Amino acid sequence: MSSLIEHPHPRERRIVFENAGKSDYTPDIETYLAHGGYVEAKKAFTMAPEAIISEVKASNLRGRGGAAFPTGVKWGFIRRDDEKPHYLCVNGDESEPGTFKDRYILHRDPHQLLEGMIITCYALNIHLAYIYVRCEYTHAKVIMEKAIQEARDQGFLGKNIFGAGFDLDIYFHEGAGAYICGEETSLLESLEGKRPYPRIKPPYFPAVLGLYMSPTIVNNVETICHVKHILRLGSAQYAAMGTPGDGGTRVLCVSGDVMKPGPYELAVGSVTLGELIFDICGGLRPGRSLKAVIPGGSSSKVLRANEIFKIKAKADDGTVIDKEVPLLDMVMDAASVAAAGSMIGSGGVIVMDDSRDMLWALNNLNQFYAHESCGQCTPCREGVLWMSKLSTRMINEGTHASDASMLHNIADNIAGRTVCAFGEAASWPTQSFIDKFPEEFGPRA
Amino acid sequence: MDQQAQRNTEEPNIENPFSPGDQGNLLLEAHLEDSLPRQAESLTAALLDPIEEVITHYPISKRSAALPLLHLWQNHFGFIDESGIEWIARRLDLNSIAILELVTFYPWFRQKVPGKTIIRVCRTLSCAMAGSYEVHEKFCKSTGIDSSLDGHHGMPTSPDKKFSVEFVECLGSCGSAPVCLINQDLAERVSLEDVEVIIKKYS
Repeated sequence: MSSLIEHPHPRERRIVFENAGKSDYTPDIETYLAHGGYVEAKKAFTMAPEAIISEVKASNLRGRGGAAFPTGVKWGFIRRDDEKPHYLCVNGDESEPGTFKDRYILHRDPHQLLEGMIITCYALNIHLAYIYVRCEYTHAKVIMEKAIQEARDQGFLGKNIFGAGFDLDIYFHEGAGAYICGEETSLLESLEGKRPYPRIKPPYFPAVLGLYMSPTIVNNVETICHVKHILRLGSAQYAAMGTPGDGGTRVLCVSGDVMKPGPYELAVGSVTLGELIFDICGGLRPGRSLKAVIPGGSSSKVLRANEIFKIKAKADDGTVIDKEVPLLDMVMDAASVAAAGSMIGSGGVIVMDDSRDMLWALNNLNQFYAHESCGQCTPCREGVLWMSKLSTRMINEGTHASDASMLHNIADNIAGRTVCAFGEAASWPTQSFIDKFPEEFGPRA
Repeated sequence: MDQQAQRNTEEPNIENPFSPGDQGNLLLEAHLEDSLPRQAESLTAALLDPIEEVITHYPISKRSAALPLLHLWQNHFGFIDESGIEWIARRLDLNSIAILELVTFYPWFRQKVPGKTIIRVCRTLSCAMAGSYEVHEKFCKSTGIDSSLDGHHGMPTSPDKKFSVEFVECLGSCGSAPVCLINQDLAERVSLEDVEVIIKKYS
């Protein structure tokens, strides 16, 4: 697999990628143990479970899968002592276009994930956990299953792990090529052996009615890995790396028209978009200028190069003022990207230069969503197909003056009218591409 | 596994929502490979042992083993025929439709014989920007496959049955675009020259 991860930029702050990025690091347990592996898992069993949950809350860790929900708060929904069994499902479906971070953890540092899971399961009184990974990561299955066996042989999994009187089984579960399985309730349906139609919330919040209708925590691969480092560094030091309410580091995956694409692990809020593209990623190709950026996976709203946002900021005297921020000065954390009208999502940054046709790019995404709609809700099942057909026709047979508003109108009638967030994910590209680049959706022959 | 076995008796029966006594006549589509021997009639330990092992991963509901069993079956035979769907359903105490609906939903599963080498070209944005359409076109041309065929309804396969080539959605390696999966292996930054090398290697 690619060595993209083996050349950290000086501005990176590697925690989760620390081992995976070393060219001589191997995924076996001996190597992991030699690099401080399972130290925090052992430590966890000397702590009260509530203390671990408090540490995760205090760390300000936010989910790295897309929704950026505070992990400690999510964990707080689980009642440790209720009668039902609890489950952990680690989401390694990683299918959001533009996102390619979990693949490095799954292929190069599997024990880090297992250690994070062990700590999580102990904290939440979970005795059965699954790792759901897309089947396109063919080698990940072999590597993870070997790691699980190694951990079992060491007494880190199975009965009475670490001699602490706690039982835990972890199994690897392969997906089968469907993007929707990254949606947490869809993942649970898939894991139950059914068609992965998302469940409606309420009442089916996983923490209440999750896997097998029992309380379940669904966390992203990267998120679970951070748990180990919160215990290692302590929540205060971990939180201090990030911004208020958004702690630690996160991996930003940059692809598209930059000289050095790749996954970069950065302290949250430590770089602006401009620094990310022009310092860390080596800028654009010679002679090109920036046109658009999709900041957090294909579902996040596109941003235009010359945009200026008005955000609320605190002045030196403590008063709240309106501050104008050009796109390239946008800080890459969840709050700042949200203030710019988009979202940090899964951290998949897709950069487009002035050689790109926005109608062509949007059509590519529309075809993606048309292929991936699960078909459960009518507005989405029908709407995404219409959008795809319409944008394809606009390219192949010419664009009429009314097409842009028709396309926008279809998107407007999907978002908010579906069981899961796929409806928004599929609508936001169309809405934002047309709103931000209206000149490219006008009549053309 | 006692702790997992505690189940709230008020829960719906997630084990088997389809009555196993009502198998009915499941009319599978005629495009199945009728002329080939039924897969379920040639089962050996090489497939049965991993099947029984993987079912133990799901102590709460063996229906959860549906996808793993389909993967094992497809890896063993290359595709999943009608007898496979019926066999897996029976093994998991389900009606056949509960398995067929998975095979028809998930893009990874197929009911037809694929080419000897399966080439999956990533179609989504970052790869498309890096030239994946040209890569797909060249793979098709080099293997004699009509590139306009929609791979979503059966895999386009070369006349000599050596290759299947299909577009797939994001393979999660956008930083090294364009990428392809050649059988189990990821090929990164695939150039048009690489296409020729790959075709030669797998011919």
